[in-house]
Amino acid sequence: MTDAATETVSVRKTAFLTDATICIGCKACEVACKEWNEVPEDGLVWSGMSYDNTRSLGASTWRHVLFLEELQVAGPQVADTEDPFRWIFLSDVCKHCANAGCLEACPTGSIVRTEFGSVFVQPDVCNGCGYCVVSCPFGVIDKRSTDGRAFKCTFCYDRQKAGLAPACAKACPTQSIQFGDLETLRERGKERVQELQRRGYQDARIYDPQETSVGGLHAFFVILGEPEAYNLPPAPEVPTAYLKSAWISALVSAVVLLGVVCAAFAF
Amino acid sequence: MNPSRKPRATEERLDEIRRTAQDAAQTPGAQGLGAAQSPSSSSPAQTKESYYGLPVLKKPVWTWEVPLYFFLGGIAGVSACIGFAAQLFHGDPTLIRTALWMGLIGAAVCPVLLIADLGRPSRFLNMLRVFKLRSPMSMGAWILVAFSGCIFLAVSSHELILHGFTSPRWIYLRWIGELTAAITGLLLASYTGVLIGATAIPVWSQNREILPPHFLTSGLGSSSGILELLGFMVPATQILGFVASGLETILGIFLEVRERPIDGPLQHGKSGWTLRIAGVVEGPASLLLRLFLGGRPGGRCAAAVCFIAGALLSRYGWIWAGVASAQDPHALFQLQHKT
Repeated sequence: MTDAATETVSVRKTAFLTDATICIGCKACEVACKEWNEVPEDGLVWSGMSYDNTRSLGASTWRHVLFLEELQVAGPQVADTEDPFRWIFLSDVCKHCANAGCLEACPTGSIVRTEFGSVFVQPDVCNGCGYCVVSCPFGVIDKRSTDGRAFKCTFCYDRQKAGLAPACAKACPTQSIQFGDLETLRERGKERVQELQRRGYQDARIYDPQETSVGGLHAFFVILGEPEAYNLPPAPEVPTAYLKSAWISALVSAVVLLGVVCAAFAF
Repeated sequence: MNPSRKPRATEERLDEIRRTAQDAAQTPGAQGLGAAQSPSSSSPAQTKESYYGLPVLKKPVWTWEVPLYFFLGGIAGVSACIGFAAQLFHGDPTLIRTALWMGLIGAAVCPVLLIADLGRPSRFLNMLRVFKLRSPMSMGAWILVAFSGCIFLAVSSHELILHGFTSPRWIYLRWIGELTAAITGLLLASYTGVLIGATAIPVWSQNREILPPHFLTSGLGSSSGILELLGFMVPATQILGFVASGLETILGIFLEVRERPIDGPLQHGKSGWTLRIAGVVEGPASLLLRLFLGGRPGGRCAAAVCFIAGALLSRYGWIWAGVASAQDPHALFQLQHKT
């Protein structure tokens, strides 16, 4: 699936491993991302949803810390033994899919695959058609209404080019956000899940859908429980998987319609 | 400090953010904070299903121009096809000329609507930087360009012949123009179904095989309806009116009786009622008017108006259905668990 141009560049593929089990919900990643990338403010509202007033990723939110409150009974993350309740934090981010819906959909070629394997929107090319917005199976990329163009996490392409770690990873005080080589982090994620399961977190798992048409992520997560609780789709599909059947339907019905119109005038 | 003059964050600043977080951020959940003290402890169970019921997907950002473009593009494309078929079978010369002009006018209006919808309209030419088979939006831009060229060739050669340039060369060019305009026109009228069908929006993607024929049928009935309103009460427009409203009736019944959770936006709420009303107007209402009053020009015009209104409304209904579908995380999860 990777195009030939990126194959020839011998740069290591990088990734994020974001671990919900050691996130403390401090939102340093959100702040660092906003400051480094000069992302504008996008609304100051009280959501009433735990301590999460950011709510979701968007055109001007490229890291988003989720605050999950669950009725659970096991593990040290449980607060209050009388009324057991589990609090989980996770810093969500663009997944930089191996087969990225936004990249495939982009009609201007603005969205490209970088030499690091990440998915990057070139702001000087994007014309704000909005097709990437409906093509992302994770609901990450969005159009910034004040600007007109689409924006999402750049994977700090500028910093990576300079050999630096992305701002969020650098600012994370607990190493919940780890940045590094794709395959190394995949292994580390697996080991981390095994370790958590040994310690009694039976519902620990890695979120990295490799068996669907998305074909794996370059930003994967260690989570506890079902992905749905984090609004992570359990079986995301890249929309190009729908192209064949839709085009066949269009072409067949176009031929039939041509026949019908000709018949009407031949009659 | 003036925020606009604030220097960009530095490595030292990122270190400072980390230290501040380390020093100041507590993990209230780790010690002592009871569930009763947390802001939303009254309904923590909802997080098991989805994250506070918030949408997983982003809703379509397209403005009112896009559904109107779907509608007009469909009419323009099918009109070119009607013009070609009428030419092929020696139809009414005025009808041929009118149908071709409808195609050309549509081809002139459509790009305006599309450009107006862009976040950066001045960059509309960026659409033609790449030719991308895997992007229906890219293919659509090229289809529209190709259709514009073909219909311009068809209309201009047709007009030249009418104005006395009757050499075989012009007739040959007219045939090429009309044939290619018919082919690209059919693509223009149907690709919009692929455009929304091949997206992450569940109600669109799960109806991707229905959308192209639905949009084509809408274009067919609307185009022949406009010709009827312009006075072309020939048998062909009557037949096409019957076919289009008949097909829309069948589709309407199908959408109504089928029960899939993912199709909720097609049946309920603003989008559901829009599509239902549109479906009844362009389907059974238009069909019955044509069946019982189709013998008179007034009846045929009424049937045509019904169909055109329904077809226009249904394009908005489908876009609104996509907006509603994107905001329902539960239907999305249910769909993905089945597959």
